[in-house]
Amino acid sequence: MSDRARSVFRRLCLGLFVASFAAQSFAAEVERWGLNMTEGVTSVSRNIHSLHMNILWWCVAIGVVVFGVMFYSMLVHRKSKGAKAANFHESTLLEVVWTIIPFIILGIMAVPATATLIEIYDSEEADIEVLITGYQWKWKYDYIGQELSFFSLLSTPKDEIYNRSEKNPNYLLEVDEPLVIPVDKKVRFLVTANDVIHSWWVPDLAVKKDAIPGYVNAAWTKVDKPGIYRGQCAELCGKDHGFMPIVVKAVEQQEYDAWLAERRAASAKLKALSEQTFSFDELYAQGQQVYEQLCAACHQANGEGVPPMFPAIKDSPVATGAMDKHLDMVINGSPSNPTMAAFGPQLSELDIAAVVTYQRNAFGNNMGDQLQPIDVLKAKQ
Amino acid sequence: MAHGPAQGIRRWLYTTNHKDIGTLYLWFSFAMFLLGGVFALVIRAELFEPGMQIVEPEFFNQMTTMHGLVMVFGAVMPAFVGLANWMVPLMIGAPDMALPRMNNWSFWILPFAFAMLSSTLFMDGGAPNFGWTFYAPLSTTYAPPSVTFFIFAVHIMGASSIMGAINIIATIVNLRAPGMSYMKMPLFVWTWLITAFLLIAVMPVLAAVVTMMLFDIHFGTSFFNAAGGGDPVMFQHIFWFFGHPEVYIMILPAFGVVSAIIPTFARKSLFGYSSMVYATAAIAFLSFVVWAHHMFTVGMPLAGEMAFMYMTMLIAVPTGVKVFNWVATMFKGSMTFETPMLFSVAFVILFTIGGFSGLMLAIAPADFQYHDTYFVVAHFHYVLVPGAIFSITAGVYYWLPKWCGNMYNETLGKVHFWTAFIGLNVTFFPMHFAGLSGMPRRIPDYNMMFADWNMISTVGAFLFGAAQILFLFNVIATIRSKRPASDEVWDRPEGLEWTLPSPAPYHTFTKPPPLS
Repeated sequence: MSDRARSVFRRLCLGLFVASFAAQSFAAEVERWGLNMTEGVTSVSRNIHSLHMNILWWCVAIGVVVFGVMFYSMLVHRKSKGAKAANFHESTLLEVVWTIIPFIILGIMAVPATATLIEIYDSEEADIEVLITGYQWKWKYDYIGQELSFFSLLSTPKDEIYNRSEKNPNYLLEVDEPLVIPVDKKVRFLVTANDVIHSWWVPDLAVKKDAIPGYVNAAWTKVDKPGIYRGQCAELCGKDHGFMPIVVKAVEQQEYDAWLAERRAASAKLKALSEQTFSFDELYAQGQQVYEQLCAACHQANGEGVPPMFPAIKDSPVATGAMDKHLDMVINGSPSNPTMAAFGPQLSELDIAAVVTYQRNAFGNNMGDQLQPIDVLKAKQ
Repeated sequence: MAHGPAQGIRRWLYTTNHKDIGTLYLWFSFAMFLLGGVFALVIRAELFEPGMQIVEPEFFNQMTTMHGLVMVFGAVMPAFVGLANWMVPLMIGAPDMALPRMNNWSFWILPFAFAMLSSTLFMDGGAPNFGWTFYAPLSTTYAPPSVTFFIFAVHIMGASSIMGAINIIATIVNLRAPGMSYMKMPLFVWTWLITAFLLIAVMPVLAAVVTMMLFDIHFGTSFFNAAGGGDPVMFQHIFWFFGHPEVYIMILPAFGVVSAIIPTFARKSLFGYSSMVYATAAIAFLSFVVWAHHMFTVGMPLAGEMAFMYMTMLIAVPTGVKVFNWVATMFKGSMTFETPMLFSVAFVILFTIGGFSGLMLAIAPADFQYHDTYFVVAHFHYVLVPGAIFSITAGVYYWLPKWCGNMYNETLGKVHFWTAFIGLNVTFFPMHFAGLSGMPRRIPDYNMMFADWNMISTVGAFLFGAAQILFLFNVIATIRSKRPASDEVWDRPEGLEWTLPSPAPYHTFTKPPPLS
């Protein structure tokens, strides 16, 4: 803590020193301190950046004039300097002038703003379409017409969040599986949500679109530089709102094609697993992984939950009751508590079988029974 | 005819005296200001450095929600109603408020509302955790059980505000001293008259939206539930139709306070009085047609996006007129800088900075980058803290000698000002940078690239908090001091309140004052 404070202080001093002696390194300081909006990697993001700088400089100019007059009179027209108060208190001409000048400035600003807005709203004729669905607290990406969909979850370990291990540079801005898109192609995003409102935001793409249940919003991007671009959910969506980042990986077309083929094969393999039979230990181990990734956010790693919103799994009547009721809860969600989402569409058959097995045998529940993916498949049908 | 107040607690419980009720409002709002401030310090403490240290995300969300609700409905609004209670009758030469019994009631339901709201912190499932804007369905289908208490508390606060507003309108319209035409009223009275109409127009809308939530939660309707054929975006439209005028409810009376103080210390009449009145009315009117600029990212049609962008930019015009008029009032004056003037000058400068960032936010495409980031947090704290809070503080220092009959300690006042001024800017200015470099609001933890700005903000926040303790100390010391203030208090200030003795007697203007 004191190290950090010291480093802030050092950087503050250094920043002042550098700013006063070397004007040419100003841009570098802006970058290093995170002072300004990113220019981003799309034509829209650059247009927005220039709108932003434009209006900022207008504000600075107006500020210089207004505050200039103000500070001048505060310094000169003080009683202690023997200033005598003038008598004027009205001027229709002045009032008209300072009504019209802002009007003109606003007009000048409105023109490029309108043009950029029209550009942003033109999401037609896209090369690729991705359906983005916000869930509490993860994102799902469906490549429309490509038979590929997957979830993207925060991959920062709990140990880093709770200060038990050192934080990596992409702390809270890293996911298990990023959205992959090709560069120089128009990608259309259709944005919706499954539970509450989320907002999909990647600053470098200048795309921020609310994900609203019952609505499908459209947005688009055309990235012109390969790279990894990171963003976060921008609309308060509950407990783990701060823990559902977005990572977009923009790659060359060939690389994208190769990734797509590989990713599809992996999905097919995963599907085939639902026909197989697994040992108890395999299910338990897999279930623990799924639990920690998804369930622990609410039900806690120790299974004790945070009642009444998030009931305990430990000794719960569901996890120690009839298997089919337990499975139904996981697949279809809770009828009385909407916070318990329906995981049927979110998880593979294997993962559901594994997590149910895990919940029934972990935390001292010791039910001794297990579930196979094929049973889940049957229950889903 | 004239008699003193009742003794003991009954004086405060039964009072129908505008001065007593004004005092109650002001002390209550200060208590809420400290409570909301404690919530803010919990937030800032957690955000001091990356990682989760002090509170859990669930509780963090309760803190952001309660901080917003308590500050808006508990600190700022009641403080302005308190100032109105004290000053409107004194400024228009009225013996009291027009509806004294209702006045008593509109105050005394407030402590119950806030006791109920605060009690949710101790309930199963915790306090409301969906932000002070309580967007559905997070605040309906997914809300903690305490949401019902939140709804009831909001209803009571709304009823209190509406009654307060009716009272202020009735007083201003009916009880002006003979000869005080509308265009002779002090600007504080004008801004409150307009504010009161805004309150009557939008508080029922707030009541409606929370009632719809109540029905969704308990009676099986689906106003905001997409699965039942409802519309979550409709919630935001209704909320912001209340919410945007609400923003002006919190700033228009501030304009009035500052318009009283600056002329006094510039020793020069307010410049452009009538244009100030028209500008206030224009701002109030525009406040009804800009609500969806809070919702640029919900996916409105292009035409709607444009209309709300243009209307929002237009607000800069009357707001600019006000700032220019204050500067012109100071120009060629004979200025001194006592504490009320310092707070007022800081108001003009910092509110203008908040206005600048507001103008930037009005540019819809740029808003796609600013929306829901710390840039927005910086913006509205710049308009609310140096806007509403500084003007209230300025007003307290300006009128306190009239209220209690004693002069405050100028040195202590200046120390308070500079601590608050520095604390405020250290807290909120870095938030512009955190937001621009990509930090979303309402997150309990963040990447290291935002760490430096957050650490600075937290240090500033504790400094600003300390400044308020100084304020409390200064006010109490003034009330108990033996340094009598003169009747005029300042150097030939304008206004009927200064024709009264200090402290103002319990009953004033029982006969209308003669107006020159």
